Amino acid sequence: MLTFALRRLLLAIPTLLFISLVIFLLLEASPGDPLGDVPLTVPPEVKARMREALGLGQAWYIRYVLWLKQFFWVEPLYWFDQAFGTDFSQGMQRVISFQSRQPVFDIIAERLPQTLTVVGMSYLAGILIAIPIGILSAYRQYSWFDQLGTFVSMVGFSLPTFFTGVVFIIVFGIRLQWFPSIYDTTHRVTDWDSFVFQVRQMAMPVAVLALYNAAQISRFMRASMLDNLRQDYVRTARAKGLSERVVVLKHVLRNSLIPVVTVIALGLPVVFGGALITEQVFKVNGIGQLLILAIHANDIPMVLTLTFIFAILIVGFTLIADLAYGILDPRIRYD
Amino acid sequence: MTEPRGQQVEESVSNAAAPGAEALPPDDPVAAGAPSRSQWRDIWHQFRNHRGAMLALVIFLGIILFVGIGPWLWTIDATYVDYRARNQGFTLAHPLGTDQLGRDILARMMTGGRVSIAVGLVAMAIALTLGSAIGVLSGYFRRLDAPLMRLTELFLALPLLPLLLLMVTLFREPLSQRLGAGGGVFLLIVTAIGVTSWMQTARIVRGDVLGLKEREFILAAKSIGTPAPRMILRHVLPNVISPIMVAATLGIATAIITESSLSFLGLGFPPDFPTWGRLLYDAVDQMQMYPWRVILPGAFISLTVLSVNYIGDGLRDAMDPRIRGR
Repeated sequence: MLTFALRRLLLAIPTLLFISLVIFLLLEASPGDPLGDVPLTVPPEVKARMREALGLGQAWYIRYVLWLKQFFWVEPLYWFDQAFGTDFSQGMQRVISFQSRQPVFDIIAERLPQTLTVVGMSYLAGILIAIPIGILSAYRQYSWFDQLGTFVSMVGFSLPTFFTGVVFIIVFGIRLQWFPSIYDTTHRVTDWDSFVFQVRQMAMPVAVLALYNAAQISRFMRASMLDNLRQDYVRTARAKGLSERVVVLKHVLRNSLIPVVTVIALGLPVVFGGALITEQVFKVNGIGQLLILAIHANDIPMVLTLTFIFAILIVGFTLIADLAYGILDPRIRYD
Repeated sequence: MTEPRGQQVEESVSNAAAPGAEALPPDDPVAAGAPSRSQWRDIWHQFRNHRGAMLALVIFLGIILFVGIGPWLWTIDATYVDYRARNQGFTLAHPLGTDQLGRDILARMMTGGRVSIAVGLVAMAIALTLGSAIGVLSGYFRRLDAPLMRLTELFLALPLLPLLLLMVTLFREPLSQRLGAGGGVFLLIVTAIGVTSWMQTARIVRGDVLGLKEREFILAAKSIGTPAPRMILRHVLPNVISPIMVAATLGIATAIITESSLSFLGLGFPPDFPTWGRLLYDAVDQMQMYPWRVILPGAFISLTVLSVNYIGDGLRDAMDPRIRGR
């Protein structure tokens, strides 16, 4: 198990390097100019010096290696300094955004909590809705509940989140005036009233994403429950007189959750990507919105770093899913 | 599990030509009047029993007709600006109203649908070609297996939506300058979606090809010296067509959603080139006043995707030989 984990971890490194190279080259091949917004009255030699200052003067492979060094060496050192009050990173250049000349990671750290609360809550809500529905659908296969569940989940993942989001805003935000339609990120929770307001403004984005996630996870849950309900051990459990409750909720559920856990782990980075759209709909200023703004502004370091963080999430959660499968299911042997 | 067999029995009873013929099958079933039971006929038979999928097929064909023939019947130009008739509700002259520039929404819905569905179909075709080619090659040739599967895994690890956004924003301008506003962006979006969505197909096809390779008919074909290209085209591909078709339907759905998401983020087609996603995006600003303009294109996208997904579901059931004939 440990050797497997180590081997996978080592394999992840070239994968990530390759992905970062792909993103870097894509940005490099782009015709966009980060100095495009600079007025035409600025003389060319000043422009050339500005370019130099942004670090754009060198060849692409030098800048790539430089970025790698900043991402994997300077940034961790900086965090270490922050945590322990040392000064290893003194005088080293961090990854700087072209737009605001601020370190990219500081901006991301500002934006991350919004994304994490919305995405995290919605994923949690989605899982909590999906699992009971999946269990009941499988246990009463072909009943009206199952038919309805199948239909609703089919609708759930056919409706794009930007459409459900907009419909929610029209119905609950504008017509009924139940929830605010724009997410106020400057809001701080200090007392009960502000907490209620926070819950109200999170309700719609979370509901939209949760509906989408629940639709997918409940399908997997149902299929996995159905597989297990037909197994011999279920008959044995019933034959030895266990109550139906114990059979289904203890024996079958535990075994059915194994593949579902991996699906949940694999789905998490996808949800982060999907939050891009939900954030745009509800005007949440999370990392998704940050990425879109950066793309529009040709902010190469920001785009590169954010996209690479998404890639790390995908590779990391794939690894976690594989390992979780091995830990949860003792029948799986990796060596 | 109980009602399944009924239909088959009924069929075989009604097909029996003469009472005596039941004992022995006729020498030539076609001459004896038995219907030819081709694979496709079986699949169609099974598909028809899936009520949801049949309804979805009807709806999908309806939408195709709406966007395909519609513009010929409803001849108002989708980009014609009639500023005096702007922001109208549902009237006889404009059944779905007009937008803030007085353009007819019904006509825009039709032209927009054409583009959206065309993007879905073409992107699906690209993804499918790539996916099945890579799947078949890596399943059939052992030497190619490891590198191609590594490649697939690499692509699966890419953050797709951010990359798509990136590709479209970065290359939109130069391509539309070279190929015209509509054509350039269409080509870009279709290629970008196709290139980033072939991985699942490749994996499924590879698995199926690996299984097929162990079968006797492949061995037989190999033993009479069939060269590899013909082997793949005549014996391997026709046998993996069913997972490819299921992947195709799902591919259309995801491509349509991806295109409309890009348009929704303002990174898809230019404004004078309506697609359903673009129409929705343009209408979001005025959704307080005119909610219908948001709901209509959204409903079209959702209905199309939902029906395509249902068709895919029905196809999967119909093509699975283990449950066929139930």
